[in-house]
Amino acid sequence: MDVELRGITKRFGPVVANDNVNLVIRGGEVLGLLGENGAGKSTMMNMLSGLYTPDEGEILIDGKPVKFDGPGDGIEAGIGMVHQHFMLVPVFTVAENVVLGVEPTGRLGHLDLKKARAQVEEINQKYGLHVPADALIENLPVGIQQRVEILKVLFREADVLILDEPTAVLTPQEVEEFFGIVNGLKEAGKAIVFITHKLHEILAISDRISVLRQGRITGEGDPKTLDEEKLAEMMVGRHVSFTVDKTPAQPGSEMLRLEKVTLLDDKDDRLIDDVSFTVRSGEIVGIAGVQGNGQTELVEVITGLARGNAGRITFAGDDITHTSVRDRHRRGMAHIPEDRHRMGMVDKFTIAENMVLNSYYDEAYAAPLGSIDWNRVNETAAAFCVDFDVRTPSVFLPGGSLSGGNQQKMVVARELERQTQLVVASQPTRGVDVGSIEYIHKRLVESRDEGDGVLIVSSELDEIMGLSDRILVMFEGRIVAEFDNTGGKADRNQVGLAMAGATEGEAA
Amino acid sequence: MSTSIGKRELDDAGRALLQRASGGRGQFEDLVIVPIFAVIAALVLGALVMLATGVDIGTIGKSFVALGKGSVGSLNAISETLTSAIPLILAGLGLGLGFRAGLFNIGAEGQIVMGGLAAAIFAFSFPGLPAILLIPLSLLAGAIAGAIYAGFAGVLKATTGAHEVITTIMLNLSSFLILIWALKQPYVQVAGRSDPISKSVPEAGQLPRLLDWIDPNLRVHAGLFVMLIMVAFIWWLLFRSKIGFAFRASGENPDAARYAGMKSGLIIVAAMGTAGALAGLGGASQVLGVLERASPGFSAGIGFDAIALALLGRSHPVGILLAGLLFGGLEAGGRQMQVDAGVSIDLIGIIQALIIVFIAAPLLVRAIFPWGFRKDKEGGAA
Amino acid sequence: MSNVTINTAGAEQVASTSDRRARITGVILLLLSALVLFALDVAPGEVATFRLTTVRDAVQLPDLVVPGGFNTIVAALLAFIGVRQFLRGGGKWSTLSIGGGLFLVVLAFLVWADAGKSFNLTGMLQATMVRAVPIALGGLAGVLSERVAVVNIAIEGMLLAGAFTGALVGSLIGSWVGLFAAVAIGGMFGMMLAALVVTFRMDQIIAGVVINLFVLGLTSYVTSQVFASNRWMNNAEVFRAWKIPLLSDIPVLGPVLFQQNIFVYGALILVGVATYYLFHTKGGLRARAVGEHPRAADTLGVDVYWTRYFHVTLAGMVAGFGGAWFTLGSVGRFDENMTNGKGFIGLAAMIFGRWHPVGALSAALIFGFADSLQQKLALLNTPIPSEFLAMAPYIATIIVVAGLIGKARPPAADGQPYVKE
Repeated sequence: MDVELRGITKRFGPVVANDNVNLVIRGGEVLGLLGENGAGKSTMMNMLSGLYTPDEGEILIDGKPVKFDGPGDGIEAGIGMVHQHFMLVPVFTVAENVVLGVEPTGRLGHLDLKKARAQVEEINQKYGLHVPADALIENLPVGIQQRVEILKVLFREADVLILDEPTAVLTPQEVEEFFGIVNGLKEAGKAIVFITHKLHEILAISDRISVLRQGRITGEGDPKTLDEEKLAEMMVGRHVSFTVDKTPAQPGSEMLRLEKVTLLDDKDDRLIDDVSFTVRSGEIVGIAGVQGNGQTELVEVITGLARGNAGRITFAGDDITHTSVRDRHRRGMAHIPEDRHRMGMVDKFTIAENMVLNSYYDEAYAAPLGSIDWNRVNETAAAFCVDFDVRTPSVFLPGGSLSGGNQQKMVVARELERQTQLVVASQPTRGVDVGSIEYIHKRLVESRDEGDGVLIVSSELDEIMGLSDRILVMFEGRIVAEFDNTGGKADRNQVGLAMAGATEGEAA
Repeated sequence: MSTSIGKRELDDAGRALLQRASGGRGQFEDLVIVPIFAVIAALVLGALVMLATGVDIGTIGKSFVALGKGSVGSLNAISETLTSAIPLILAGLGLGLGFRAGLFNIGAEGQIVMGGLAAAIFAFSFPGLPAILLIPLSLLAGAIAGAIYAGFAGVLKATTGAHEVITTIMLNLSSFLILIWALKQPYVQVAGRSDPISKSVPEAGQLPRLLDWIDPNLRVHAGLFVMLIMVAFIWWLLFRSKIGFAFRASGENPDAARYAGMKSGLIIVAAMGTAGALAGLGGASQVLGVLERASPGFSAGIGFDAIALALLGRSHPVGILLAGLLFGGLEAGGRQMQVDAGVSIDLIGIIQALIIVFIAAPLLVRAIFPWGFRKDKEGGAA
Repeated sequence: MSNVTINTAGAEQVASTSDRRARITGVILLLLSALVLFALDVAPGEVATFRLTTVRDAVQLPDLVVPGGFNTIVAALLAFIGVRQFLRGGGKWSTLSIGGGLFLVVLAFLVWADAGKSFNLTGMLQATMVRAVPIALGGLAGVLSERVAVVNIAIEGMLLAGAFTGALVGSLIGSWVGLFAAVAIGGMFGMMLAALVVTFRMDQIIAGVVINLFVLGLTSYVTSQVFASNRWMNNAEVFRAWKIPLLSDIPVLGPVLFQQNIFVYGALILVGVATYYLFHTKGGLRARAVGEHPRAADTLGVDVYWTRYFHVTLAGMVAGFGGAWFTLGSVGRFDENMTNGKGFIGLAAMIFGRWHPVGALSAALIFGFADSLQQKLALLNTPIPSEFLAMAPYIATIIVVAGLIGKARPPAADGQPYVKE
């Protein structure tokens, strides 16, 4: 089945997400769609799946124009989408998730789950997906959840599969395995659209590549004639280097030490299991791992948002195991949280208010009777914005009105403009454009060079490899491996194996 | 080691960022046009309800005239409007503060009951104190009682996550029973009475009437000043103080507040306590300024009307003040309406509920009244 | 920095959540034991008599006579499970121990209140069933709407609207028509709630509160404006109890389950149907998907808005039926605000019942028990003031929503509006 997009334009208010886009998708072929965050990739694909309706232009299937009005229409026409954020009901079983919307039923609308299970098994067999039909989604690892998403689409007999950033949650080895599944689907005659911002992956899997920038197709080509450098230039619009400029680390005194830290959830499962490590001043320690292996909780325990059930944490020599978030903040611990919308900012607060979100009580802003000196706050916020290149006409606009990259720079500015000793940065560049990524990386390295200890947690292995002086790998709540990355000498493959749970001995 | 935020010298680029953007048309529509249309629509629907229950057109006209006359038509009407507005605004301020902190406190009614009861008991327990001490102390007793009663719901929410909507409603229902029980206790009950009713507040404990030198029937009392001071105080608390910043942050994004080191449990209890204190103050001022004793049902639904008030006033102290004057007027006018046109004052309850519907669903108002709003929806929202 | 604490605890010592829970349970049980021993103690010579049948019943059973020593045994038993929990309790036994412990305390309380007197136990259980009806139906309405992620604070208003309509239409036309009208009006307010929160994206709690205030205002207005001078408009015929042949002659169970009116049977049947529907049919699967992850349901072609409208309307109809109980099922006359918080207690029953119809019914029975117990105790002349007894259901509700007895997970999207692009 072939699908063609002709002159598609989509606007959200004043923002043009897609501008006159033309694209052809053919059966038995993998089309790589490359673009940085916010380039309009997801918008385009959501129009193919029927979730959005284009403002202008048309979609043709096998030469015939079609019109999608609702989210069910795309899949009905044979276009299935595997979303970046999984569309799975966590408390349902695999079979229930797969049949939702096209349920096999008996009399009185009775749900025939037996039949559903059999159907799931059949597809499992055909494409070698190996998904347990009766398991609850919430008990499955993300890699398997992703296969459930593919299963869902295949169950609906889709001929076109759109995979939106499918490798974000996989280890390098799982990516290889995943590519095997994709090639199997291609050989079965399916058309695949592979959306990503990772250059090496798109070169490895695609038969054809289209590049999207600021809502427009800015380049097309054959992966055989392209290389990463050319692709990057098409994607960003200028020459970019993805290597972070930094000198070898000069580690000094110990800044942070964790000793046998353990955290249990309310079912007594170990979210963090007996973790010990140190971060010294003047070095960047990166924690690699597939998301959901305890990194979020580790950051919460370090920053004081969660209390460990056992173990000890020291900061610059002082025991902080039982101290509050604010105490740690006062001592000079900066925290860039993993999800700025959930934690890092208040969307409706002004940029100025956001800039003092966790330092509003500071003496520098104090006015009589427990008031805040707002003039002082506003001036400081303006200075921070200038310093960190946060692009806004005024500090009195709501933080939520900024673009993703500027929001993140606002959060980073707030955390790094103080005098700090330790920077804990969790997913510091998630959902941010390339320009902002470069800038944030540069500032993190500067913090290190000024003598801070820097701890970076990221599920982007490239980010960890590029920034860290030392790499720790987290798997199922434990630190399973440590690598020296001076001069980038850690072996990417070995790190990947450790992310999948291979212990140090096996990895080596 | 502490954070140090050095004084910054701003360059031109920095100073440019300090330009305040004007509120814009969208804000004007939200703050002015929507409430006006909401009130009009509610009054029209109120007329339809009267029509449906067999009230003839002439009487409906008469009721609206009475509504106007009873609220602003004379010095007495204005005095009545202000008198009704005092406890409404005090309770409404508390609810608005709660909304800002993300707490949907339905419990003002129970907090008013507790505040009024405590104020009455305190006042008749110390009849010997001079007015200058007895009035503030009785008000304080009411505020503390309200704060403690609301504090229960706050503590439950902070420690167990119990939703404040249900706990405060249960506390409301309990408060009525507690009131009746308390009013039957020998220490509280008037000697020689068998029905539950408290002893009277002594002269020195009563909030002085402000205009009785013109006409002894003008009931507006010194609670008016208490109310105005509280409007200013809550404005300062919410928008100028550190604790208010924490309240607002917790209300908008509790996770971000936690991240910023604000203690969510403490904030919940503090916000509920403050809200309860204000409602308690409302109950106290009603008992000390108007009723002069506590009796069953003295809260008269003020706490529920205050919910409407806080929503109508967008949880902003000044908005609540204006909304309170409107509701006070409806209340005073409604009484006139019952007398002049024989239409039950319960109609006012319907009108108030309708006002909140329209306020809380601006999309609905825009759908009914297409005029007065900019056509470009997306531009208006931005 | 000043407040540095030195942690001397070894790292190997992990304090687990279930250990702590077991210790808290143990302490609570020991406190309950002390309560029974000191506050509810009955003189050894006194007995409590519970009547199981009345003279009119077909089968006669002897009275149940409990000696005063019973409470001492209960106290000892409570102390035993308490100590056991404290010393080596496991997580899974904590909830059960607390539940069993509270049950024992209630028994001891009954014996204490009834000591030296005689008391119709079957009558109280029958009243329990009746009083559970509006709470169960309110809870079921809550389950139906919260399963599609619409928080329904408006149940109270829907009950009140049902009660009012039942009385009005029942008086004007007849009780059956009144019942259907009550269901229809409940459904109408359900649809109105759906419209406010789904289409106009109003905050769900505000929308619920508004509907409650509106219904209260409207029904109070009509009651004082119209009913006061037209009594005949507010005097409907009541549905009588309908004995099921044979089954109703079973002692104790018969009067409790099979000598009831249409509302009791209706509530039991609706709970059964709702359970089947939610967990074994296509529609139920879709409804739950909408409550847990609306966007996932949407991407699979399930119409989220329609599903919410449908189920919230259904919830309104169930609540309307429950509301009719207040008038057509008991007194036939509508009074201002006669539901008096039952809708909110229904919500608590839903939470306690873990968003499951059968759970909501079971919780409603506990509330119904508290309510009928309160009525009986007022007759037994206990030293507890009647106002405090009347507060029992409210306090029980607070305890339930505080999750002091087990905690459950609501539908993941509960309370969140869904914005389709």
